Amino acid sequence: MEEMLAAVREYVIDEYVEDDSEVTYDTPLISGGIVDSFSMVSLKRFLENKYNISIPDDKATPEAFDSINKICVLVKEYIG
Amino acid sequence: MSHFGSYDERVKNFDWKISENELGYKEGDPINIGWYCTDRICEMGKADKPALIWEGPTGNEKRYTYNDLRLTSNTIGSFLRSLGIKNEDRVCLFMDKIPELYLGFLGILKIGAIAQPLFSAFGDESLFIRLENAQTKAIITQKKHAPKIRKIIDKMPWLEHIIIVDQDPAKPLQEREVSFNLDEAPKVETFDIFPTYAESPSVLHYTSGTTGQPKGVKHVHASLISQYLTAKWVLDLHDDDIYWCTADPGWVTGTSYGIIGAFSNGVTQCILDAGFSADNWYRFIEKHKVSVWYSAPTAIRSLMKAGDDVVKRYNLSSLRHLASVGEPLNSEAVIWSEKVFGKPFLDTYWQTETGCMVITNFPDMKIKPGSMGKGFPGIIATVVDPETYEPFEESGKMGLIAIKPGWPSMMRTYWNNEETYQKKFVNGWYIPGDRSSIDNEGYFWFVGRDDDVINTGGHLVSPFEVESALLEHEAVAESAVVAKPDFVNMEVVKAFVTLKPGFTASKELDLQIMNFVRKKLSPLAMPQEIEFVETLPKTRSGKIMRRILHAKEWGEEIGDTSTLEED
Repeated sequence: MEEMLAAVREYVIDEYVEDDSEVTYDTPLISGGIVDSFSMVSLKRFLENKYNISIPDDKATPEAFDSINKICVLVKEYIG
Repeated sequence: MSHFGSYDERVKNFDWKISENELGYKEGDPINIGWYCTDRICEMGKADKPALIWEGPTGNEKRYTYNDLRLTSNTIGSFLRSLGIKNEDRVCLFMDKIPELYLGFLGILKIGAIAQPLFSAFGDESLFIRLENAQTKAIITQKKHAPKIRKIIDKMPWLEHIIIVDQDPAKPLQEREVSFNLDEAPKVETFDIFPTYAESPSVLHYTSGTTGQPKGVKHVHASLISQYLTAKWVLDLHDDDIYWCTADPGWVTGTSYGIIGAFSNGVTQCILDAGFSADNWYRFIEKHKVSVWYSAPTAIRSLMKAGDDVVKRYNLSSLRHLASVGEPLNSEAVIWSEKVFGKPFLDTYWQTETGCMVITNFPDMKIKPGSMGKGFPGIIATVVDPETYEPFEESGKMGLIAIKPGWPSMMRTYWNNEETYQKKFVNGWYIPGDRSSIDNEGYFWFVGRDDDVINTGGHLVSPFEVESALLEHEAVAESAVVAKPDFVNMEVVKAFVTLKPGFTASKELDLQIMNFVRKKLSPLAMPQEIEFVETLPKTRSGKIMRRILHAKEWGEEIGDTSTLEED
């Protein structure tokens, strides 16, 4: 789990954070305005590519993507 | 009882002087939107009334009365003047929905400068194109967005000041940067507001077209006359209302109705500066007892998708009146809102160029779910034959929406692009570029755009801009961009791409290209789907036929292919 958390955090910082703001595993990503609903599509695509999974659209909700911790819980469901 | 009353009576007796009289404005007088939204409301005895209740991403809150609005906009205006900003200079607002965005907008107008709001999610290329076109003199931003400006600063010798509103004092400022902390700045009580007149420029909003670069839509201070009255009558704003406009002031709804319409009517407005979630939105309505809610079909469909159960967890009984703008509101969404909120969302139609609602549903008028409603009193709107540009005599025929020019908030030109502006007028009509029909009771029914512009989540995206950005990616040889249907956003961007030799289609390349466009232009412009193809359909003269790709995405007839290049 720790490895996944670190990988997702690295991707989020590289792709969605312009300045040196701190992003923890619990930082609100969607409600905090770091990742918007359009950009969620690329974040979902990253997770699907990296972990070779398919996340149904109805599970990729703003709530489920709202922190790195929540994202990793969702991803784990589909990794099995 | 609504302000509007009977549609027929309003149309029969209409004159824009109704608005001018209510505002206390006479032709030839100075008119400054900044003053009307702040000082005037204070002079009406509402200085202590809450004007702006702002809530941030962590639930933190800031509150401003109308007197605070007056003082803070004075303070920002005074600071801008101290930097040498003068009337008609362009000042860009490049911020999230923080209070400084709203107050800065009013401060810019008070000194007679032109406010140029830009969506804070724009990438560096989108930002540069718009700043270059306007030759913007100063930009007000947050430290989180400053890196995008630093990336392009060397190409912008005309940009004299980058004003950062939340600079960490421990960190050094860079070239042309200046720190301005509104909370700490001494408030300016007495301020010499620049005497702008009806035709003085006020706001420059950028919008996308099918071809060419984005166009800067120039508005003037007289726009207030339309925005005040349409806000009062269509949004039915009353003195005791708590109003929530969900639009970002980076786009025209966020300024026409998120700032000007609301504050000139002296209502209390709430702002939520946080990403979308159904729970958070309903909690916000419940907490602030929102009574008038102006939102967008994309948001409404996202709420529908979240389900009815989440609605039941909140007390939303404060809601009195709902309206929507951005793209056509489908009948299912209207019916759903009646079911869960007990009232329908009223669809309103307008665009950046019109500055105010022009075709709309009204309180107390029969709603036909899926219809855009009727022309606002004083606005002569019809549907014309696309060949002759003459209005259809019979109802039900599909043609182009056409509006007689001349209402106060009509754009005055496209910045540095008078030629394109003139092309928007044919046979004495302003042609917004949308197709519609009118039924036998005078209701308009939206059909679609008359060009290739993509309307995604209520925002226009130019396929040309996305194609140009795609071609800058090292792997892309050719590209064609079209709209793809989407339940929530109505349309999303889809790209067809051919690759240069040496590159192979893969999931990794797909994601890399998506992110490349997102960072360069904006998340809205990012293709939500990329299809790698061997060739693109072209005419014999080599022009890519987007029409064929569009038809394929929408399951439509491909139509005439006689000019199609053969393999």
